[in-house]
Formats: sequence, C-alpha cells, structure tokens
Amino acid sequence: MNDVTKITTAKDWASDQEVRWCPGCGDYAVLKAVQRTMPDLGVAREKTVFISGIGCSSRFPYYMASYGFHTIHGRACAVATGTKLANPELDVWIITGDGDALSIGGNHTMHLLRRNLDCQLLLFNNEIYGLTKGQYSPTSRVGTRTPSTPFGSVDRPANPCAFALGSGARFVARGIDVHKNLPDVLKAAHAHRGASFVEIYQNCVVYNDDVFAPFTDKSVAADKQLWLKPGEKMLYANGTKGLALDMEQHMLKVVDGDSDEVIVHNPKNRAVAHMLVEMPVASFPVALGVLYEDPAPTFDSAVIGQNAAASAGKKPDLQALVSKGQTWQVEKEPRAE
Amino acid sequence: MASATHTITEEESQAHPMLDAMVVRFAGDSGDGMQLTGGQFTLSTALAGNDLATFPDFPAEIRAPQGTTFGVSAFQINFGSTAIETAGDQPDVLIAMNPAALKVNVNALREGGLIIVDEGEFSPRNLAKAGYDANPLEDGSLAKWNLVHFNISQLTLDAVKPFGLGNKEALRCKNMWTLGLALWMFDRERGPIIDWLKTKFAKAPELAEANIAALNAGHAYGETVEIGGQVHKHHIDAAPAEPGLYRTVTGAESLSLGLIAGAQLAGLPMFFGGYPITPASAILHHLSRLKEYGITTFQAEDEIAAICAAIGASYAGQLGVTSSSGPGIALKGEAMGLAIMTELPLVIVNSQRGGPSTGLPTKTEQSDLYQAVYGRNGDAPMPVIAARSPADAFDCAIEAVRIATRYMTPVMLLTDGYIANAAEPWKVPDMGGYEPFPVEFAEGSAMEPDNDQVMPYRRNADLARPWIKPGTPGPEHRIGGIEKQPGTGNIDYSPEAHAEMTRLRAAKVDGIAESIPEQEVCIGNWSGKLAVVGWGSTFGPIHQAVRRARMRGLDVSHIHIRHIAPMPRNMSVLLKGFERIIVPEMNTGQLKTVLRDQFLVDAKPLNKVSGHPFRIAEIEAAIEAALA
Repeated sequence: MNDVTKITTAKDWASDQEVRWCPGCGDYAVLKAVQRTMPDLGVAREKTVFISGIGCSSRFPYYMASYGFHTIHGRACAVATGTKLANPELDVWIITGDGDALSIGGNHTMHLLRRNLDCQLLLFNNEIYGLTKGQYSPTSRVGTRTPSTPFGSVDRPANPCAFALGSGARFVARGIDVHKNLPDVLKAAHAHRGASFVEIYQNCVVYNDDVFAPFTDKSVAADKQLWLKPGEKMLYANGTKGLALDMEQHMLKVVDGDSDEVIVHNPKNRAVAHMLVEMPVASFPVALGVLYEDPAPTFDSAVIGQNAAASAGKKPDLQALVSKGQTWQVEKEPRAE
Repeated sequence: MASATHTITEEESQAHPMLDAMVVRFAGDSGDGMQLTGGQFTLSTALAGNDLATFPDFPAEIRAPQGTTFGVSAFQINFGSTAIETAGDQPDVLIAMNPAALKVNVNALREGGLIIVDEGEFSPRNLAKAGYDANPLEDGSLAKWNLVHFNISQLTLDAVKPFGLGNKEALRCKNMWTLGLALWMFDRERGPIIDWLKTKFAKAPELAEANIAALNAGHAYGETVEIGGQVHKHHIDAAPAEPGLYRTVTGAESLSLGLIAGAQLAGLPMFFGGYPITPASAILHHLSRLKEYGITTFQAEDEIAAICAAIGASYAGQLGVTSSSGPGIALKGEAMGLAIMTELPLVIVNSQRGGPSTGLPTKTEQSDLYQAVYGRNGDAPMPVIAARSPADAFDCAIEAVRIATRYMTPVMLLTDGYIANAAEPWKVPDMGGYEPFPVEFAEGSAMEPDNDQVMPYRRNADLARPWIKPGTPGPEHRIGGIEKQPGTGNIDYSPEAHAEMTRLRAAKVDGIAESIPEQEVCIGNWSGKLAVVGWGSTFGPIHQAVRRARMRGLDVSHIHIRHIAPMPRNMSVLLKGFERIIVPEMNTGQLKTVLRDQFLVDAKPLNKVSGHPFRIAEIEAAIEAALA
C-alpha cells in the first residue's frame, strides 16, 4: 500500500463517463452510495478495481474513477479471482446482478464464496433481466409475467443470501438501493477480510417497478424491515416487535418487542443466519444489514502462503531445471570420423 | 531425430532408414504397468545413445475389466542408430502379457516379427475374455510370426519368493521381469533402472528388492536359457547426435518448461488456470510443482473460470496461461474473444484429441485447427502456433509467450495427445542462448501530456496497446468487451469506431508475420513437382516419407508450418513454386482449406482419422500416387 493514501471525496471517485442507466433506476442510488463510501474507506483509487459481468449493473465500473474491468456474462468472479491472486494488494469489488451471478455465473459465484477470496461482491437483485428487455430471472417470483413467460413463470426462485450461505460464504449482508444504511453495509463488507457477499434490492423502474415495495415503501418500511446490529436485540416496527426462537418448531417467531424471548443478533450464529434469510415475507420482516459474519482464512492468503512455503529455500535456476532428470552426455558425434 | 537439434546428413539420407532401427511394442492389461515398463525402457534406450520416438496407447478407462480387449494398454518405441522421427510403422517385436494384449496388437506386427508372450496368462478363462475360441499359442494361427512363449508369471513368482509378498503383489513384478529380458535382448544397462526402483520404493524396501530381483531374473533368463528363434542379443549403435547434454522429454514436460522459460525471458510471474482434462492435465501437474519460478497454478471450477482467471491475472500484470483439450477450448471461446477485445496477453494451450464432443479422449488427432483459427464469434483474429514434436514444444511455448507479450494478444499454442505423451531425446538447451524480451508496463506514458487523458488503446509501431497494471497511480482506466473508441478505449458503438477497431485488431495480428522467420523447406528443393505440406505431429512420418521418396529419386519437398496464423510472409510465393501440393493431416482436411483460402493453391488432402498417427508408408504411397 502507499504510505500516504490521498484523502478523497465522492467526486474523486466519479469517472468522466456519462452514466447511462434509465432515469429512476436503482443503480444510480447504489453508484452514489459507493462513491460516497469510498472516501471513508481510506483506500487509493489506483489500488481499487471494480470487476463486473454483463447486465445493467455491470456497466458500473465505467462510472468509477478507479481501475475497472467489464468482462463477460457471469464470469466476473472468475476474472476477479485471477486479478486478486496476481496482485493481492488490490482492493477488488465485484459488481453483478441476479442473472449474472445466479444464472449464467452461478457456478463461479459458488466457488468464489467457498474459496473465500478477499473481495466485495455486490449483487444487484432486481428480480428481472433488464438489459435484454425484461425476461424473468432466477430470482423472479413464481407467476412473473414477462415476454418469455407470458403466462407467468413456473419455476421457484433462488434466494441469493441462502445460496451464499449454502456456498460457504463467511459474510452475508443485505441492503436496499435507496436506503440510507447502504453505506454502512458497504463499509462492513469492506472491513471483512474474505468474500463479502452483499445482496442489494434494486428497483428496475422499467421492467419490474415496485417489486420490493411490499417492504421498501415508506408506508410499510418500519413494519417490514429488520435492521440487524451485532449484540443488539432483533427488534423492528419501532421496537414494538421482535424475533424469538420457537423452541418447539425450531424456527423463528415474531413476538412483542418487550418480550424476554427476543434474541440478540450474534453474526457468528450460522444456524440463525439460515433462518433469517429464509423468513417468509408475508408474516415476517425482511432481515437487513450484516446477517452473518465469521471470518476465515482467505483463498488469496492461502495461495500466496503456499507459494511462499513451497518456494522457501529454493533458488529458481532455469538452466538447472531444463537439465533435470536422467541425462547423458554425447561427447562427439558417434560416427563423425 | 524428432528433435529440432539434428540435421539429416547426406550419408544418413542414403542409408536404408530401417536398417539400424527396431520397433518394440509392450502390451498388457491396464493394470500390468506397461506404460511404466515402456517409460523405463525408453530411458535405458536414451542412455544407450540411440535415437528414439515412442507412442503410448492406452484406454480411456482407468481400470477396465481385467483381461478384456478394451482394457489393453500398449507402449511402442522405435529406436535406432539413425535419426528416428516416428514411433515406427510396424513393430518388429511384440511383448504381450495376456491373450487380450496379443489379440489387439498382433496384426500390427510385421510378418516374421517376434512375439513374446506370458503363457501363464493363457488360461481358458483369459482366452474366453479375449474372445479366443482356441489357444492361439497352440492352433498355428500365429504361424506367420516368430512365436516364443514361456511362463513369465511363474518365473516372476519364483524370482520374488524370498521377499514374502502376497500372490497379487508378487505378480505385479511381472513387468520388471519382462523389462529385464528386454534389457538383455538389446544389450542395456540395468543400473539406472535399479536406482530408479530404489527411489520409487524408498518407503517399501521389500518391494524395491522384489522388483529388482524380478528385473535381474528376466535378464538372467535371457542370458542363460536357450530360448531360440530371434531372441538373441541385439546391439544397436548410438545414433549420430550433436555433442552436448541430453535428456528424454515428453511434450507435456517440454511445453511446461517452455512456458516457464518464456515467462522468465519476459520477466513476468506466471498465472496458470487449468481444469482437469485428458490429455492436457499433465501440464497443470508439472507447473504446480514449480512455484519457486514465480508460478501460481489455479485449478478452477471449470474451463471458463480457468481462462477467465488467467485473463484477470494478465490484467493485473502477470503472464496468464490456460490449457485444455478441444472440448474445454470450445468452452473458453467467449473468453478468448474478451482477451482479443481487451488486448491482453494470454497463452492458450490446446492438447488436441479426437473429437467432436468427448470423442476419443486418449487418442490423437489434429482436428482443432479450424477451432484455433476461426472458432470465435465476431471477427476475432488470433495468432496460432503448432508444435511438431515433444522437444519442439519447448521453443514453441517460448515463441507463444513472446508474441503474446509483444503484441498484447492471446495466442493459441497447438499440441496433441501424441506429442504430450510421447518421449524423445532432447538436447538440453543453453538458456543463455535465448534473447530475453522483457515486458515494460506503461505508467505516465499511457497518458496525454497536456490533459492527462488516459490512452489505453494508443498503439505502438507493432499496433500493440500499452499494458497498464492496476495499482499504477495516474492512468486509472476501464476496459471491457464492448466496442471502444480507438485511443481512449471509451465505449463507442459508432460505425467508424467498430470498422477502425476491427481493422486494427486484424492488422496487428497480420503484422506478427514481420517478426517470425520466413517459411523454410525442411528437406528437398524450394520449388518443383511436389510439396508435402504439414503441421504439428505429422512432422515425423512426413519427413521420413519424403526422405525415402527422394532416395528413390522423386522430386518432392517437405514444408512444415509452425506458424499457422499468421502464415510466414513468403508462404504464397513458396507454395506457388510447386506443381502439386499434398497436405497429410489427422483430420478431414483443415490446413488444406486454410491454404486454399489464403493462397488459392490446389492443395490436396491426405487424411487419417483413426486416432493413430500416420504410418510412413501411407504418406510414401500418397507421394508416389501424386507423382505417378
């Protein structure tokens, strides 16, 4: 790292490129939140790399004044793995969407998370394919009517955070594009060493407008959003409601906010994290913030460590290497004379 | 010699090529250790100073049911006191460890050739498994060959008795007994093999001793027992070779070493992304042991991730390399386009096998030439280089790295299953003789001096763009797969930008022809009646066939193409100097199409798609027919 990292402002992180998302797209809000967060992280622009796949959200790197790589559909995680292993000093951010990360690139997302590459993965979930004009996505709810599903989609959606936990992620968080808490979620993701998985509910104003309104709309936000804080009780609806463990059913239940049963958020509790990400929206709030965090050794440090250990005491000598094995010397051409 | 180090002398080209050479095939069950036996026999052959070429031929199944014909594994070696370029058309000696091995291989043997079999394995049950109605050792069906049989199984059991092994373990020493006999037959030293066994079984000394006892017993059997027939001591003189240090090398080994050498000459650490696939995995295995050379190996979750991670590493300033075989290369296609579009250096190795789809995983073919030259969406030009032999793969790998880094482009390096697995003597190169080509990363030079505009797509005289590593303060910029404006690299879909960038990408790759050698004629005149034009591992049989035809006075030349794309700049003139052109290929005519397309010449195909390399005689016959 540079000894002195220049103090930056949000403006320093905006590139000179014109932003080309639809007016009103949730991506603008996420871009602003990221640009506002970067100065607080104390990182240098030249050490920061945004790597994306394909989709509306994947245009993101063009708008950041750092290094950036807009790759191919679904493969941002794979490209990012090579970049981080080649230079672990880089601060790597992966920008992806529900189709990019969970459909065409689902395999790479899974392996990046289980390997625990040190990076931030921001999954912009709008439950739709926007760039290809509105087909249903792997996170679309059953019955979603789109040009490719005129009678409604019939397949059950994937749950990004459940997928991440199932893949072995050590940091799982959720945010909302326009919510003021998003920068805090991003900061927590950045502070975590390892793969930080952040699902961002992002509104597609053109093809899937208000799909998250049942919990993001101002009128219901308090009653339907549970912002988790480590060491604090799981309370929502202005403290009038809370989550408790139903010891008979072995699941979560909603109780009064002043009940003794309300549990305290321990981000290291993986079992509770699984329950938090699976809560049905109809009868429960949506869990937001850092749902799970339990650091583990990172893939990049393990690779670099093994490379160093395996090289220790060995001096690379190309001439010796090519001369290895069982060799023989030809002194002169056998039948030269 | 199948290596690039030996030039054929006038005297050699006059000699009868098979006079001083011998082809031996070891064949047995997959579990009999035939590849190991062949490998050690190869080593002893090399140490005896013979030139050689080998052809390992094994089934795709790891352990096919014992005793069946589809579980037969064979290893053929051609060695001699003259230059050897192929594994041999027909074996002179077949050593068959069971009925199935005999059945599968015997018809390849030349008439009058020697068969040595382990009669201990010729039980009614094993005969039935191999599909024999009667015992071929007794029914006279092998009369046109010279048959020798004895109970190798029992002789091995007797030899290893003192070491108290179980019956199964004791019988595993059969291959060493056989090797011992073969060493006696060809007047070879046992010492290096005994040393090797001691190292191999360092943790189980009783196994080492048992194997050594079996080896010695096989040798002593030849020495003392009157076997008769052709089983007598053959001595084959050392082959002519330039003075120097030699070793044996397989294509997978030399290609790995060449990649390392290339990275060192470029002054770069190497990132190798791979996914297991036959017959390419050996490269991943070799490189993963050599971390002290600045190599990071990454076994990715799939072929796509392997190439994408390599691209990500190249983006970050390392030499990205990925390797696979045809089906895996197909999966990497889109990512190759990304490397072409973002103009990042990358080496893609294709160890070709029979296709399409899963095809013939363990058999060889050269049928991915179209895929290499054309197999991507859009106008996506990419340099293609093909290795001709195990030893040649070393220099080809260095050349691939040189082109990739100098021109900021992905490069396809073609090898095949035959080259990857086959071994040949290799004169150890003097690394001091290679000119380094150090990479310079761009810093401030990638920016316009007056307004600090970053110019990631400004081009040098080679039309290459600057390589700017993330981490460099100042020229922060964004790249991607979308069409871009020349110079700035900003997104630009305009007709002018796309037309100009398409032109530049093609002109850059075409321009590589300026830095590669002109095409040479390997043997024969630079113009005349007939040119036999080849690429890749058909080098050996073509070369021998042309040499033999020329000995009989035929006007024929051999042209071997290393640089498939772009072609050497004199290729058009050279080809047009010949009245006829034939192109032998282990595919249905792919180079032939490329030559016709680029040079409007009447190139005629000669194709073989059996999963086995050409025999010299097949090409010789085609030469005769073309000149008749």
